[in-house]
Formats: sequence, structure tokens, C-alpha cells
Amino acid sequence: MSQAKRVPPGTSPVGVPAAPAAERLADLLRRSAKGDQVAFAELYDATQARVFGLAVRVVRDPAQAEEVTQEAFLEVWRTAGRFDSDKGSALSWLMTICHRKSVDRVRSAESSTRRDTTYHQQNHTIDIDSTADAAQVSMEAQRVRKAMGSLTDVQREALELAYFGGYTHTEVAGILSIPVGTAKTRIRDGLIRLRDKMGVGS
Amino acid sequence: MSGDIHALSGAYVVDAVDDFERAQFERHLAGCDDCRLEVASLREAAGLLADTVAHPAPDALRADVLSSIEMVRPLPPLLAGVQDRARAHRRRVPTLLAAAAALVVMGGVGATVWHPWEQPVTDLSASSLESAPDTQVMTEKLPGGGTITLTRSESLNSAFVTTSNMPRLQNGKTYQLWSIHDGVPVSAGLFDGDASKVIVEADPGLAQAIAITIEPLPKGDDAPVEAPTSDFVVASFDFTEV
Repeated sequence: MSQAKRVPPGTSPVGVPAAPAAERLADLLRRSAKGDQVAFAELYDATQARVFGLAVRVVRDPAQAEEVTQEAFLEVWRTAGRFDSDKGSALSWLMTICHRKSVDRVRSAESSTRRDTTYHQQNHTIDIDSTADAAQVSMEAQRVRKAMGSLTDVQREALELAYFGGYTHTEVAGILSIPVGTAKTRIRDGLIRLRDKMGVGS
Repeated sequence: MSGDIHALSGAYVVDAVDDFERAQFERHLAGCDDCRLEVASLREAAGLLADTVAHPAPDALRADVLSSIEMVRPLPPLLAGVQDRARAHRRRVPTLLAAAAALVVMGGVGATVWHPWEQPVTDLSASSLESAPDTQVMTEKLPGGGTITLTRSESLNSAFVTTSNMPRLQNGKTYQLWSIHDGVPVSAGLFDGDASKVIVEADPGLAQAIAITIEPLPKGDDAPVEAPTSDFVVASFDFTEV
């Protein structure tokens, strides 16, 4: 799998590093796997805004998002040796861990107080922009937003409920009142279009 | 759950699957190159979504993270060959454990620490159950692979389940049996993956149904959960329809 071609070099004007060069992140991960704490600190600095931002977006509570961020980075440190650059980029490997931790957190918090679907049906508006006010937006983010704009409305809605809402595809189907198979398909088709627009993963 | 497992790739990539679907899909991935490639490419796309919500973490978190790693040793890499062999052989392990457990129980010396809720049925009760005049044998095949067979006798008020080829669950999860009495599920035992003649507790002969869910694995001496933690049912056997 090719690396680094989608990544604009340098740092965006607003303070969040632009997508860090893929090769550099992969190298930092490999050094971390050998116990290099300096490399790991550098990896943290290059990715913390994405990891924390995603955790906040999914679990919503900033205190819990901090815990999730810490758990995710600990897992990254522990399993860095399992990263295989032939199978994908370092950033996607790391974000996969973070997303999974975030979703696990939000689901375990809700298994004690069953999710109230009715509430979510009335209030499921996707307000990325309200968090984006506070979020510092990199140029990469603008490209991603633009690519997301090329999805159909129903694809984007299903994908965002799944990725940012932390809902299973079955729950997404329930929230949108669509058949289960349809939600699954919209999520997949949306991701495929995003992938092709961004020119990644080929 | 729908039939076409390939179509689950997108939902899998964004963690929009339940534990059982994840286990099923990962098993499918192990043998499907197309899906592995698709998952890898979709992961690249999904990872970009986080860019749109980037937000700097509090400064104090950096020190917390960097000090916490000092106490954790990084795992060694998995060698490709080892990974493949692990994939091929991992299903044997639970079977061996179950066999060992059965020996302990049949030995009768209550030897040590097998948790009571994992106690397999003894040979004696298994054979009497199999030969009881009112024994029912019901089999359910799961959509993505895996078979659960329930053997039950009302007159003996006993039942056991035998499974094969079940999706392997992630760490910290277990299959849990429930005897349903008047619509209320009562915990009736745990099993991990392939189980042989695992006894169903909580008056299975009087229950209107027996169901299987995926639940958190109890830690240490903790008891299993007392009620299902999600609505997802792996399989159920309804006796009121028979």
C-alpha cells in the first residue's frame, strides 16, 4: 500500500499539525515498539489533537474523553510492535484503536442505562460544526469535509451516526427508520466514496 | 443480521457492529482476501474523519500519558508465520480446556478451582438425559457459521448445550445461557466458544425458552451478570412453539 502521497507537508496556519507525513509516523511507531519514549512523545504530539478530538466527539464528556485518550495511547505503546506498514498507514492504525476505545466507552456507559432510542430519534441532528467551532481546523480537515460533501445525504447521515455517534448499523437503521441491510450498505458506500475522493488506501 | 457478510465491511471498519458480528466478520476476514483489502482501504478513509473534529488535548494529559507508559512493556511483534498458525489452531484451545474440565469433574475430587458455572455435565447425567423418554434435541445454525445444539428433558428438568464452530469472542467476553421463566431471563451458565455438554442451570425443564447472549466475562470470583446487557440474542430455543 502506498504511503505519504496524500499528505501535504508542513503545518497548517491554525496550529494543528497537518496530517503528519505517514513515513515519519510509521517510523515513530517502530521506534516506540523498541521502547523509545522520546519517539513515543513525538508520536503523541503529532496525533493527540486527532485522538482527543475524536474521543470528545464520540463520548462527549471531556473528562471521559481524557481517559479514553490515555487508554488509547497506552494501547498504542503496548501494541506498537504489531503495527504492520504493509497493511495500512500508521495514522489509520492509531485512529482505529482510538475509535474502538471511544465506542467501547460509550456503549459500556449505556449498557447500564439502556439507550433511549426515542430521545435520539428526536435529537439526532449531526452538529459537527458546533464542535468544529472550538476545533482547530487543519487544511486536511477542509479536504475531508469537501469529500464528505460529495456523499449523498443519506450516506453521510448513516456514516456520521456510526462513526461519530458510536451506533451499530442496526441502531442506525432504527434511528433512521430504514431496513437493517440498507444502513449497512449506506455506511459502506459512504466510506468507499470518501476513500475514492481522498485518494487513499489504493 | 443479514446474509451477505461481505457487505458488513464498512460497518466493521467504523465499529458499527455488535460483538457477535465482529467475531463473525473477523473469522470471515481470515479467509477472504478481497474483504481484507477493502477493510484496509476503508480504514484509511475512516481515519481521516477524525481530522474534522481535531481538538488539542489538555496539556496535563501529555504528562499523564508519558508517565503511564513507563510502567508498561511493549509487546513483541507477531511474526507472520506465528500469526497464521495461531489463526489455524486457536480453536483447539477452548476444546482442550473443556476436556480438562470434564476430567476434573468426573474425577469427583472436586479438584480445585473450576468455577461452578462452567461445570460441564457429568457422564452419568449426560447419558440419562440423552436416553430420557421426553428428550428433545434442537439445533440452531447461526447465519455466519456456528452451530448450537440443545438437549433437554422436562421430566429430568435438565439440559445441556453443545456447540461447534462458534465465532471466537474478544477477550473479556463470554457466551451466557439464560433460562427464560415467565419472560424473565435467569442466568444459566457460561461457555467460551466450542462447548461440549455444558449444563444449563436455573430449571431448564420448566423454562419457556433458553437463550444465548454475549456478556462481559466475570472477573476473578465475580458472578456472571444477572440480566442481559444488550438486546442482542445469539440464539434462542422457544419451547412454547414446539
